[in-house]
Amino acid sequence: MLQLSGNSSQPEAPLTSLGDLRKGDAAVLHLIDLPMEDARRLMELGFVPGATITAGFSAPGGDPRVFQVDGSEIALRRDTARRLRVREKAPRKVHTLPRKP
Amino acid sequence: MPRPAAVRTVALVGPPNSGKTTLFNRLTGLRQKVANFPGVTVEQHTGIAELPDGRTVSIVDLPGIYSLNPRSEDEQVAYDVLLGKRAGTAKPEAVLLVLDSTNLARHLMLAAPILALGLPTLIILNMADDLRNRGGQLDLRKLSHELGAPVTLVTARDGEGIDDVFDFLAGTMAKPLPTLLPVLHDVPKCREWAGGVGTKAGYRAPIAPKWTRRLDSVFLHPVAGPLLFLLVVVGVIRTIFMAALPLSNAAQAAISVSGKWIASTLPPSLLTSLIVDGVWKGVGSVLVFLPQVLLLFLFIGILEDSGYLSRAALIADRTMARVGLQGKSFIPLLSAYGCAVPAILATRTIENKRDRIATILIAPFMTCSARLPVYALLIAAFIPERNFIGSIITAQVAALLGLYLIGFLAAVATARMLKSSVLKSAQAPFLLEMPSYRWPTLQSLGLRLLDRAKVFLQRAGTIILLVTVILWVMAHVPYTGGQEPIENSLAGTMGRTIEPVIKPLGFNWKIGIGLITSLAARETIISTLGTIYGMDPESQGLDLQKALRQDLTPGGAVALLIFFAFAMQCMSTVAVVRRETGGWKWPILQFAYMGLLAYVGAFAAFHLIG
Repeated sequence: MLQLSGNSSQPEAPLTSLGDLRKGDAAVLHLIDLPMEDARRLMELGFVPGATITAGFSAPGGDPRVFQVDGSEIALRRDTARRLRVREKAPRKVHTLPRKP
Repeated sequence: MPRPAAVRTVALVGPPNSGKTTLFNRLTGLRQKVANFPGVTVEQHTGIAELPDGRTVSIVDLPGIYSLNPRSEDEQVAYDVLLGKRAGTAKPEAVLLVLDSTNLARHLMLAAPILALGLPTLIILNMADDLRNRGGQLDLRKLSHELGAPVTLVTARDGEGIDDVFDFLAGTMAKPLPTLLPVLHDVPKCREWAGGVGTKAGYRAPIAPKWTRRLDSVFLHPVAGPLLFLLVVVGVIRTIFMAALPLSNAAQAAISVSGKWIASTLPPSLLTSLIVDGVWKGVGSVLVFLPQVLLLFLFIGILEDSGYLSRAALIADRTMARVGLQGKSFIPLLSAYGCAVPAILATRTIENKRDRIATILIAPFMTCSARLPVYALLIAAFIPERNFIGSIITAQVAALLGLYLIGFLAAVATARMLKSSVLKSAQAPFLLEMPSYRWPTLQSLGLRLLDRAKVFLQRAGTIILLVTVILWVMAHVPYTGGQEPIENSLAGTMGRTIEPVIKPLGFNWKIGIGLITSLAARETIISTLGTIYGMDPESQGLDLQKALRQDLTPGGAVALLIFFAFAMQCMSTVAVVRRETGGWKWPILQFAYMGLLAYVGAFAAFHLIG
């Protein structure tokens, strides 16, 4: 099991999983909770801690879903996406405080 | 300067979806050769690039890789070749590294381990047209300075900038200058390095491809997406049957006419009979399937090159997951309705080895085009032409649909069984990159078809030819000049030897000979039975359908249909499974399993219907 921490920037947003994102939601990858080999493969595709991930289109029923990360579109099954912990970027419009880009 | 004795070997490396194959086609054109790397199932594409000064360079197209940390068989091969460790492949003198310029920051990660090899390297940033059109920017000179190696922008699709690649191949090929490279095993560090290099080179990523988003909003629409998907599936299957049928018929007619012409020009003799009935008709029965196979590959080529295939795999993933397979298995299974051989070759895209073997094992259950003539003949002879569900689905059509369905159900049940037992695999993450939609190029499609046509003619042609000649000889031994009935020939003896085994299924020795010859290819049973009935004075005057009704009860006919639905009567498939799984274990198991299922199914059908 490998846990990789990125330099988390927004402590106010709670950790959720990539599997919880809906279409159009963006989040920053915090850690990958997968065996080393699988985590490496994901990282090579751009899923490195600190990367911004946006949820895109999905197959009917929402699984698998396409994620926009590092200039590519990668489809993941929901059970894999659940192992990627993220902090949502700009979760609700209610927060009006300016954020770091 | 004297010419170097040996041809320079250069490796073409790049991540998947970087347009590497398009560039390879652009550099080498028709001077390509496909072979397997010795000992593994990874295909080795080599081609010859001709330089403006007339010299030639041998280019090895390595499998698409994301990094040089070998995990899959593909990556191991790429790694071994680059390090000169793979026997039979010369260590490359230089590397052409192809990266997608529209996704440079991530693709540059591969530059680190490649440059660390210390081989002369040209970094080719592909898809320059996309970068430009979508507002991306880049300072080539700065990037080249950062990487210590020459960098060039090309558009492989239309050949823009390709001269720079030829110039590099013709030039002195200097080793890369030492630069600061990241720790190669630390992926986040590599990504950081790649991002830093991009920033220093003034790289501005292009905006997201607008058309890809727009098309995805249709193709991945919750309702329209699956409907279009179904339309594509049905369309492909229907077109392969409908459009290829006249082509196949035309080929059949051409072979029959030319066969008669050959027979009329040669004196009637045993040799003429061998040439016309044996060689010509034998090879011909294979040739008629060429249009179908090419059409299938044209469809696969268009779907794959355009980027739709990845979306289809995404939509199919849930269904495939239910039987324990993944979305990538869907493509090969779809093409298995045409022919199992290309389908099994198409399983190469499945990285998970167990999933790949499971897909290979179930692919021959899909109703391939070689079963169709057999089904058509038996159904026409034994199933009455009457309404079943209205006038649209007659009893005959229903029987045909039923045969398609039992093949599919057998595949699904087998997949479930395999994936919950011997081929159980830990759920490796399903990762599928969605490439941007692109127009397929004619060159790429043409080369694909040419390649497959060559493979098809070479391999299948040799097997069928051999079997046909052997059968022809066996039907004439001992030679009596037509005095003795075929029953007493070697072929007849063979049929009568297996008769006790197949009698419980309702088959006699004539069907037995057909079953044996159909081991080479399913449709051979038709020509075999035609020959046998033709040589037998009792059935000489009857047509094939009537003659069959004298030999088979309705129960026996259904049994024969079931037998053909399940049995693995195809030498080409056995051969390709052996090659792709790297040994005899799986093809033997598969042959035995499908044979057993066929026998039990036929036995049950014969005894239930009688």
